[in-house]
Amino acid sequence: MLDYTFHWRPALRALPEMLSGALVTLEIAVLSMILGTIAGVLLALARQSGNRLLSGFATGWIELARNTPALLQVYMAYFGLGSIGIFLDSYLSVLLGIAFNNAGYLAETFRGAMRAIPHTQVRAARSLGMGSAKAFRLIVLPQMFRIAFYPMTNQMVWAILMTSIGVIVGLDTDLTGVTQELNVRTFRTFEYFAIAAVLYYLIAKLVTVSARLMAWRLFRY
Amino acid sequence: MLETNLSWNDILFLLEGTGVTLAITFWAVLGGTVLGIGLGLLRATAPWWLNAPLGAVLDVLRSVPLIIQLVLANSFKSIIGIQASPFVVACVVLSLYTCAYCTEIVRGGILAVPSTTRRAARSLGMTYGQDLANVVFPIALRVSLPSWIGLTLGVMKDTALVLWIGIIELLRASQIIVTRIQEPLFVLAVAGLIYFIIGFPISRLGARLERKWREHD
Amino acid sequence: MIEIENVRKSFGSLEILKGVSLNVEKGEVVSVIGGSGSGKSTLLMCINGLEPIQGGRIVVDGVDVHDRRTDINKLRQKIGIVFQQWNAFPHLTVLENVTLAPRKVLGIGRREAEEVAVRHLAHVGLGDKLGVFPSKLSGGQQQRMAIARALAMSPDYMLFDEVTSALDPQLVGEVLATLRMLSEEGMTMIIVTHEIRFARDVSDRVAFFREGVIHEIGPPEQVIGNPQRPETVEFLNSVL
Repeated sequence: MLDYTFHWRPALRALPEMLSGALVTLEIAVLSMILGTIAGVLLALARQSGNRLLSGFATGWIELARNTPALLQVYMAYFGLGSIGIFLDSYLSVLLGIAFNNAGYLAETFRGAMRAIPHTQVRAARSLGMGSAKAFRLIVLPQMFRIAFYPMTNQMVWAILMTSIGVIVGLDTDLTGVTQELNVRTFRTFEYFAIAAVLYYLIAKLVTVSARLMAWRLFRY
Repeated sequence: MLETNLSWNDILFLLEGTGVTLAITFWAVLGGTVLGIGLGLLRATAPWWLNAPLGAVLDVLRSVPLIIQLVLANSFKSIIGIQASPFVVACVVLSLYTCAYCTEIVRGGILAVPSTTRRAARSLGMTYGQDLANVVFPIALRVSLPSWIGLTLGVMKDTALVLWIGIIELLRASQIIVTRIQEPLFVLAVAGLIYFIIGFPISRLGARLERKWREHD
Repeated sequence: MIEIENVRKSFGSLEILKGVSLNVEKGEVVSVIGGSGSGKSTLLMCINGLEPIQGGRIVVDGVDVHDRRTDINKLRQKIGIVFQQWNAFPHLTVLENVTLAPRKVLGIGRREAEEVAVRHLAHVGLGDKLGVFPSKLSGGQQQRMAIARALAMSPDYMLFDEVTSALDPQLVGEVLATLRMLSEEGMTMIIVTHEIRFARDVSDRVAFFREGVIHEIGPPEQVIGNPQRPETVEFLNSVL
């Protein structure tokens, strides 16, 4: 049989520590989604705008975010920006790298969602005397978020999973970082990482379920 | 010209890393697709008591970060005493990961074929096998292929994570060079460019196929 | 007063309006009839500036609609329009659909806006649907809601663009009844419609559109009852 004995007890004793790591994971994911959503809306608008410079910038961002590894994007923030004198710690690098990535994907989601809203909706809003900014904010945006809600939920789950790459740039406060710290101290790799896997799974499910509840509350129409 | 300490040897080193990235991607997508087609067919047809647990297991693979899966597989390998290089571990883990997504893509494709279409095929005298080969698979392929291309692209990018278990692929190679010549922005940009050169045409192809096939519907 | 002078409008190389002139006095109801593609609906879009024009001018209460210096949002507040596709805002309840513009455009407080909205909604027979989302309403109800939505801005003019064309036949009557009610109350209206009988009953004048111009215009007894031009006769025969 195996000459390895599992030691679950000490690993389980580390659970509070890991749970506080899970909170940091959730925090980074939520912040990166908020930043990504704001940037994503602006990118989607920029890409559709007639301005060549703006739409070129947006297209560049979107294609880079979608066609290179998220880890490379985090590396860019962590190592790359140092070349131009900007030094970010690992937390900020992970947050900004993932936000950059989220923005690229969400921008395309939003663009598709905006296209799905009939142009007559804007026309009706304008006919009531709303300016184009008001019509966008009051009529387009709320409908866009409804269409984009399910893809956004997926993106949120991805963001949670993506935060785990923080450990590669030395982040030691999120769930994977904490797990790695425990691992280095004790060398019970399998036990700690198995618990981390379970926690990630539970967080992902928690997010999915609460998103569904939220959709049920928000979109009664 | 740009002043850089990046030598030809470094570029060769990056290309070697690119080779590793592509090799892992190849095996992962190959393994994941073969497995995924099998499991996808199963999931489209199996009774619920088989389908539900299978779906749950695949869902776990999609809900746990790849890096955790890699570490777990690597340590599990040592626990049960299998001699396997990190490269093999990476290929196996990524195959399973790919399979988890591919299964859903295949299942979605098959379920997208309306039962009326299938009944029409059977009413023309086709056997079950002929119906599958001539009606179901071609339609399912059209539905699935764009997503599958997207999956391949995703796996290619996800291979970067295998650097954590000690494999020197493209990103790790560039990191090693960065440590030596201290030009992170430039070297990472080169690495990014290589990923982009591989990835962008694939994503374009996927988008084009999707557009083209949608027009015919 | 709406003054339309020799208006020209094209989409690309296709000329839709080829010099249309029409004056609508306060309190007047003008119906516009004619085949599809004759430019009737386009004219309405031009009147409240939703479409630019290439020639001529449209003046509403002394303000040139297409003048760059005109505050178009301000002007639109006094010209209500109701579309063929009612364009309900799906994410808002019936009450919110109607109060949105008064609150956000006119800056009226919520309570006051709701009072006005409830009055208009009751007026069009939707007093019991305030908290309902548009997706739960029939086409006719959504169209009446759209009318209330436009009325809530207290417009001086109302434009109706084939408001019954997208409705099931059984729902047409309720919407026409609403229009009739408005005309009896003295609202100034331009009604683009396919309902010839309705146009005859409700209008002060009827304009027959053909190939981008007003081919014949006059009181309904003349244009519909005793048309002078052979094309008008032909059109009326084809639809009646």
